[in-house]
This record gives sequence, structure tokens and C-alpha cells, in this order.
Amino acid sequence: MKFKTLTSTLIAASVLTLSANSALAETPEEKGLTISKQVVVRDNGWVDMLASMKMVLRNKQGQESVREIRMKVLEVADDGDKSLSIFDRPRDVKGTAFLSFSHTQGADDQWLYLPALKRVKRIASRNKSGPFMGSEFSFEDLASFEIAKYSYKYIEDQACDLGQCFVVEQYPTDKNSGYTKRVVWIDKAEYRMIKVDFYDRKNSLLKTLTSLDYQQYKGKYWRASTMKMINHQSKKSTDLQWLDYRFGNGLTESDFNKNTLKRAR
Amino acid sequence: MNKIAWIAIGAGLLTQPLAANELFFEATAKISTEVSLFAQQGQFANQDYSSNISVALEPEFYWEWNDASDNLTFKPFFRVDQRDSKRSHADIRELSWVHLADDWEVRTGFRKVFWGVTEYQNLVDVINQSDTVEGLSKGEKLGQPMLNLSLVRDWGIVDLFVLPGFREQTYVGNDGRFRSSLVVDADSTSYQSSKGKKHVDVAARWSHSFDLYDVGLHWYKGTNRAPQYQVISKDGTDVLKANYQQMEQVGIDAQATIDNWLLKSEVIYQDNPSDNYFASQMGFEYTYYGIQESAADLGILMEYGYDQRGKKASALLQNDIGLGARLALNDTQSSSLLVGVIHDLDFNSNSFSIEADRRIGENWKATLRARIFSADDKDDLVSNFTKDDYVKVIFDRYF
Repeated sequence: MKFKTLTSTLIAASVLTLSANSALAETPEEKGLTISKQVVVRDNGWVDMLASMKMVLRNKQGQESVREIRMKVLEVADDGDKSLSIFDRPRDVKGTAFLSFSHTQGADDQWLYLPALKRVKRIASRNKSGPFMGSEFSFEDLASFEIAKYSYKYIEDQACDLGQCFVVEQYPTDKNSGYTKRVVWIDKAEYRMIKVDFYDRKNSLLKTLTSLDYQQYKGKYWRASTMKMINHQSKKSTDLQWLDYRFGNGLTESDFNKNTLKRAR
Repeated sequence: MNKIAWIAIGAGLLTQPLAANELFFEATAKISTEVSLFAQQGQFANQDYSSNISVALEPEFYWEWNDASDNLTFKPFFRVDQRDSKRSHADIRELSWVHLADDWEVRTGFRKVFWGVTEYQNLVDVINQSDTVEGLSKGEKLGQPMLNLSLVRDWGIVDLFVLPGFREQTYVGNDGRFRSSLVVDADSTSYQSSKGKKHVDVAARWSHSFDLYDVGLHWYKGTNRAPQYQVISKDGTDVLKANYQQMEQVGIDAQATIDNWLLKSEVIYQDNPSDNYFASQMGFEYTYYGIQESAADLGILMEYGYDQRGKKASALLQNDIGLGARLALNDTQSSSLLVGVIHDLDFNSNSFSIEADRRIGENWKATLRARIFSADDKDDLVSNFTKDDYVKVIFDRYF
């Protein structure tokens, strides 16, 4: 274990030195990629995670609607994560569960379990840009960040809430994405994405996501406790609160199949 | 009647040490109030009404212990119906104990199992009996006593079933809608097997997902859930007598999920004393995502149902095309609309349907269902419903 930690520290250090040394020679595209890769590298190795999320949806008039979801997530080496989500609120969808095998290349595999019918339905994952449970978060906003999903361009350094930030533009490679680009503020100290501006297919500003109250888990992994998504066009917003983050639960592949989906509670 | 299931549940529970501090309990419930309006009085005796009110209660009690390795679910169902005393009924939808291990689980008791991928009918869904009085379109099923071992392997999930105890189909009574001119007399029911409803049925299923494909294969041997009917005279009145034969069936269900396409297929081959036949239901659903720059999705469905027995098939969809459109607004209230038509190519009859639902607040859901039947041929089963066109509003309250 010790050796492994030392190795990854060395690698991280050398990556940092490399990026520092070659900063002048780098194109903005290369620098954007290097920074975004660091985001992924720093979040590698968490293995598995349990968490609950509470979404508060607000319309233009300020009327609220609540969603509660519990999640189990397994980190998969060299591919997207596996996740199982269980819906607790609203009441009419209580017991509905969602199994997803995300992939860095190609379509994700997704199944929905409908408890009233006891039916497991394989669903199309093509719908990345659609809203998640009527919220301002789309499916792609909630998916794990993978390098292959975007191309990159570094814009500038800027002062931000957590000190100094890199501002990087990320252009989705998937033609089914609902965005032409995301502008991401990444803090220089810990490589956390603290703000994202989303531009729609007409390239006008659609939404802004702000991540707040970052906590560090297992001495390494930073997670935001609150994520606020504001839709500038519809004036609707969704606050997402993350609760009860737990890492290292001993989850394995066998916790993610159609049987576990059917009995998820 | 279902001794084996009861003994298994009892034995299982007794052998489980119950530590109070690790017991998880949860109770939930749903109350559904349904108001039906019929376009006209029915075509048969005692159907001389044009509205009906009905209320259903479905509580669910759930216990979990042993570090979530064991759980017990109890889900009774009760319905009270204004018009039809046979539709007022109770059922145990689920009373089951499940024990989990890493790569297998045992499920014992009254349960519901769903197999299938298509929308208009599920030929491969053979385990549970239909709760016919619940309505034509909902596909409600009665709880089935079972012992089910489920194995998870790299090459798929294998389910083995022993099904002790048979449940008869529920039948609409004299005052009910959606029936033929004659009422089924439950007291006259007969069985091919000398063991009657105590015949122990068996089934096995393998299912797996590879890449874009989800496939299931099944084998079933035992009492046919769908009976054959015969007109008999009872106390000077003609009634229908149901006879349940033995049968053996194999089938496949498969779905390919490719971009906007869902390609679906169910095929069965059944061997019973009256017939050996193939039947199939296949089709597709294509979805337009984010139509008109909105969040709404529009799905177009088309399916074809075939039964080798042709016009004499007991299935409603023996040579029928189903077309449909599904609109999901993806709004806060999860509003959705499904419109469809089924055209029978043998009898030239049509059945139109609309289903819309929407959440209201945090704990309510409203559903609207409407159906119109048109059939001229007396041999067509749908001809029994031609005066049963209806609009139904259902309010579900969740607790």
C-alpha cells in the first residue's frame, strides 16, 4: 500500500512538474486537456461509494418539489462507473430503481425497475440531454466525468471562491449532448470543479452549476455537499444536497445486476 | 392449500435469529379511487348502468434483518366495487421471505414475477394468474405461491421455480362489464390433472444482457393459466365452465436497444392437449428526444401479435397490429400520455385507447384512461365489449 501511494505521489508530482515546465510550449488545447486529466487523476481510486441526494426543484414562482434518491456507485478501472439509484420521493415513484453501467466509449447500459409491475425495462441511454426527474440537471450533468467525453481548451487564470482557478472550455464529443460547450472553473490547489457554465445547442448560456461546501473524504477525495443549478432561460433552479457520503463499503460487481436492481430498497 | 410455501416461510423465519436492534421495518400504502363512466348501458342483462365507483387499498409492510440478508414483504390487496360483487375482492399480492447470498437468493411465498419486453401483451409472462376483474389493460396479476432459487453467474441469471398451488382466474360477475353474454361459474371449474389446483408446476428461466441485447429463455410445465370454456346449464341457466389443462411451454424474449430504437420480440411454443402452436408478439419503439427544442420525448410504437391457432385462439391478439404514441413531458409532475389503437386483421375490429397521468403535489397521482371498441364479427372476443366504451379517472394517494 505504502509503495503504491508513494508511486502515485511521484507520478502526480512529475505530471505537475511536467505541466509546469512545458507550460510555455503547450497550446491552449493541450493545457486544457492536462488540467482536466488532473481532475480525473486526483479522483482515482475511491473504489466504491454510498450517498444520498436530496433535490429541491423550484419553478419560476418559487414553488418547490422534492426528490430523494440513494445511490451505490462502483468505480470501474478503464471504463465508466456502475451505479444503482433508488428513488424514495416523490411517493408515486418510491421503490423505482435505476441500474447504469456507464462506458467511456459508446452508449451506456441502463435498466429501470418498476416495482408495481415487478418489471425490469432496458431503456435507451441516447437521451443524455433530457432532464433528470423533472429537475434542471440532465442525465449528462449527473454522469461521471470522463476524459474521452470532451475536447478541451484552456482560457485563462481567474480569481475564484476557492482562491485561484483555471478556466477551461470543454466541448462534448457526443453528438447527443445537449451542449455546445461547458466553461469550467477548476481551483488550482485541489483541482475541484467549482463552477460550470453550460451553453446550449445555439451556443447561448443555458445554465450555471455552482458546487459548494467541499469536504474531503479518506484524506483524498473532495466532494461538494451542495450543488446549485440555475437555468437562466427558464428561471427554474434545482438545489442538490449530498448526504451521508461513505467510501470503502466493500461493494463488488455482484452488487450491480438485475437481481440487485429488483430488490433495491 | 399452499402448505409447502407456508412451511418454507415458517421454517425460514424460525431459523433466523431476530435481533431487535438490527430489524428494519417500513410500512407504506396506496389508496386508489376510480370513477368509471360508460358511454352507454351494457349489451347484456344486469349491465344497465353507465357509471361505477370503486376503491382499492394496497398496503405494504416490509421487514429486513440479518444485515439486509433476509427480508419479508407482506402486501395484501383489497377492492370494493359499487356494481360488481365479484370485482369486490381481496388478494395476497405478496407474502414472501427472501434470503440473499452473494451470488444466489431464495424467494419463498406468494410473489409476482414478470417476464417480457413487449407492450401490448406478454406471451412469455406465464408464472402468475391474471386478476382479470381489475381491468383489461392493467395486466394485474394474483400472487402465486412459489419457491424460487435465483443464481447469478457470469453467463446470466438462472431462475428455478417450484409452484405449489394454483390460483384460478378472477371473473367478472353478473353485474360486471367487460364480459361475454354468459358468466363464468366458479363452482363448476374443472382440471385436467387429477390433483386439481394442487398440481405442482415447475419453471426455469435464463436471462442475460450482452452489450445492446437483453435475452431471456424459459420453460414451463404445469397448469395452463388460461382456461378453456364450455357452455353448461346450471339451475336452468346457461353459464360458462372453465377447464384448466396441463401444458408445456418454451419461449424467448429479446430486446435490442440501439440509439433511439427498441426492438422487441416474444415468441412461445406451447403444447397442450388441444393444440400445439406458436405465438409471437414483436415490434419496435422509436423515440424522438427533446422534440421541438423542449424537454419532451415522443415515442412511436408498433407491434404485431400472431397466434398459430388463428381465429379460434383464446388470445385477444391473434393476428393484430398495435400502433401507439407515447409522449413524456419530463416536467416536474412527470406528465405522460399514451394513445394507441389495436386493429384485428382477422375480424377487422378496432380498439382505441388513451392513457394519461400526472403527479399532483408530492403524494397524489391522477390517471385518465379511455377506451373505445368497435367490432362487427360475433366470433371476435372484442364484440362482447362494444357497449363498454369508457372513460375512467383514477386518483392514487400514497402514504
